[in-house]
Amino acid sequence: MRSSYRLALAGAAAAALLAAGCSSSGSSSGPSGSGTSSAANWATETSAAAGGGMNALVAAAKKEGTLNVIALPPNWANYGTIINDFSQKYGIKVNSANPTGSSQDEVNAVKQENGTAAAPDVLDVGMAVALANTTLFAPYQVSTWSDIPASQKEPTGLWYQDYGGYMAIGYNSAKFGTITSVSQLLGPKFKSAVALNGNPTQANAALNGVMMANLAQGGTASDISKGVNFFHQLKQAGNFVPVMCTAATIKAGTTPVCINWDYLSTASVVGQPTSTWKVFVPSNAILGGYYAQAINKNAPHPAAARLWEEYLYSQVATGGQNLWLVGGARPVEMPAMTSNKTIDSNAAAKLPAVTGTPVFLTPTQATDAATYLAQNWANAVK
Amino acid sequence: MTATTAGAQPERAGRRPPLAFTGTLPFFAYVGVFLLLPTGIVLWGAIRNPNGSGFELSGLKLLGNSTVRGYFVNSVLLSGVTAITGAVFGAVLAYAVAVGNPQGVIRRVYLSASGVLAQFGGVTLAFAFLATIGPTSGVLMHASWFYDFPQGIGLIYIYFQIPLMVLVFLPAIDGLRVQWREATENLGGSSLQFWRYVGGPLLAPAFIGCTLLLFANALSAYATIQAWDNQISYVVPQSISAAMTSEVGLAAPNQAQVLALGMVVLVAIIMTGYALLQRRTARWLR
Repeated sequence: MRSSYRLALAGAAAAALLAAGCSSSGSSSGPSGSGTSSAANWATETSAAAGGGMNALVAAAKKEGTLNVIALPPNWANYGTIINDFSQKYGIKVNSANPTGSSQDEVNAVKQENGTAAAPDVLDVGMAVALANTTLFAPYQVSTWSDIPASQKEPTGLWYQDYGGYMAIGYNSAKFGTITSVSQLLGPKFKSAVALNGNPTQANAALNGVMMANLAQGGTASDISKGVNFFHQLKQAGNFVPVMCTAATIKAGTTPVCINWDYLSTASVVGQPTSTWKVFVPSNAILGGYYAQAINKNAPHPAAARLWEEYLYSQVATGGQNLWLVGGARPVEMPAMTSNKTIDSNAAAKLPAVTGTPVFLTPTQATDAATYLAQNWANAVK
Repeated sequence: MTATTAGAQPERAGRRPPLAFTGTLPFFAYVGVFLLLPTGIVLWGAIRNPNGSGFELSGLKLLGNSTVRGYFVNSVLLSGVTAITGAVFGAVLAYAVAVGNPQGVIRRVYLSASGVLAQFGGVTLAFAFLATIGPTSGVLMHASWFYDFPQGIGLIYIYFQIPLMVLVFLPAIDGLRVQWREATENLGGSSLQFWRYVGGPLLAPAFIGCTLLLFANALSAYATIQAWDNQISYVVPQSISAAMTSEVGLAAPNQAQVLALGMVVLVAIIMTGYALLQRRTARWLR
């Protein structure tokens, strides 16, 4: 990353990598070790049962021995533990590429590394990216498919939402007292204090941060302009910090107020003491968002990819759904697991209190917001 | 570099042995793979129809868009301001170093420090500023101008621009002979007249050339500003990154290549100017 600052042709170099990826895709022959002895061809199976059951899937995945994941930060929704546990449980090596990458980086990697053994097997992407790239995915339905609400999955299993949360304001209550409304952030005590988790024209979490402010200011999900105006006022007041808030900048004190998904704002994720670090979800702006899982249709390890999904959607105490919950995220099967009592009730009790009706952006609303931000964001906050 | 190689060749070499050329092959292979090929790919991508095959120039219209023009204006502004500031302060510092003892400790310490600091950039530098003189340190408490463009990020850029100027400008100052100064004084010239009629004109091409180098250095910087002004795209490299990685539906790789082409053209203009000045400088350094 550092060297790129001297590189006169940074974009050119990126394009060269792109070309290297394209040329290798031409010579794609089937990756070795894709379940040759098994009767099932896991690259095309749409469920574990169809391929001969879970035992057959586990055996085929172990034979492949490797799983490529991408853009999964270890402190994001408990992914560090999830990756380790999966690896231990099945004896499968997990290659975790570009942990801080964006959803678009994941899709770019699928295209550029297509046909190589390094291509990502599975993706965890924002909805805008999932909906725009369904041709890259293989349909697959996990064993707990019926417990995923119908509105949160593609009917054939091209993508299925995995976990989500609500937009929240994480802050140091020792410094600022208790925050009870978004408008408070415009006050003088928040000088050089408030940051988003990225650029809203690029990062999904940041776009939703602006939308949350928009709803709190009386805007609607179809028109984000009041949110942009709020950040304009924040900048005018000298309260806006352009540095992206992360655990490091919170620790350094640069971004003591951080607008991000609630599961990325918990005291344990940002490394702050639970006594002073608070996470506030405004009751007049409960904005929800889910990420989605998908399998690369040309996955170099098709059985391991499917086993990973089965693991993530397993409802047992050490399965992915409960591990996400331990990480502060709300797993998509939570309503079903609450009624069948498989939910980790301790972890569920630690989630920030949310009262009211949550808003979820439709794909059109998300696109409209992005288009408006592309035109107006930079001018509003510069 | 090419000038000295050409000068070293005997004028009437007769038939050149065919093998002599092979020595330059690694260099040209390197330049081909890491400079010409990427440039060609950028050009190819910029004029290709994003939806499929065929070529069209309509993609280049992006460069006329007011938002995109803003990125280029900001890039030139930030690079220009930090290049000139860095060049002035760096030249003064280089002169101070040059007039000292050539074998002295001070000179060696300054050169080593400049060598390190000129390479100190990116996320590390941005965080160093956050920790030392940023708003949280108490020095600039509540000074929000630090987050304004271009003064905040410009201050950070100067941190690596000045040492780079010292490194690249010092050889030119070392080229100033003591005898020229003595000759001026023997003819009754003052210090001011020496700088006006001898030193200044001699150093001017090198100074402008070094300033252009600093300009290109700031123009291509990405990691530092991306760590600092993460939530807003100000300069072209940031907008290229946005076009490559946006996950909210604004990703457009062909636009990234059009923007990159714009930078290639800008850098080509600067480098042409740099080469012309170098040729002029080389005339008296030879």
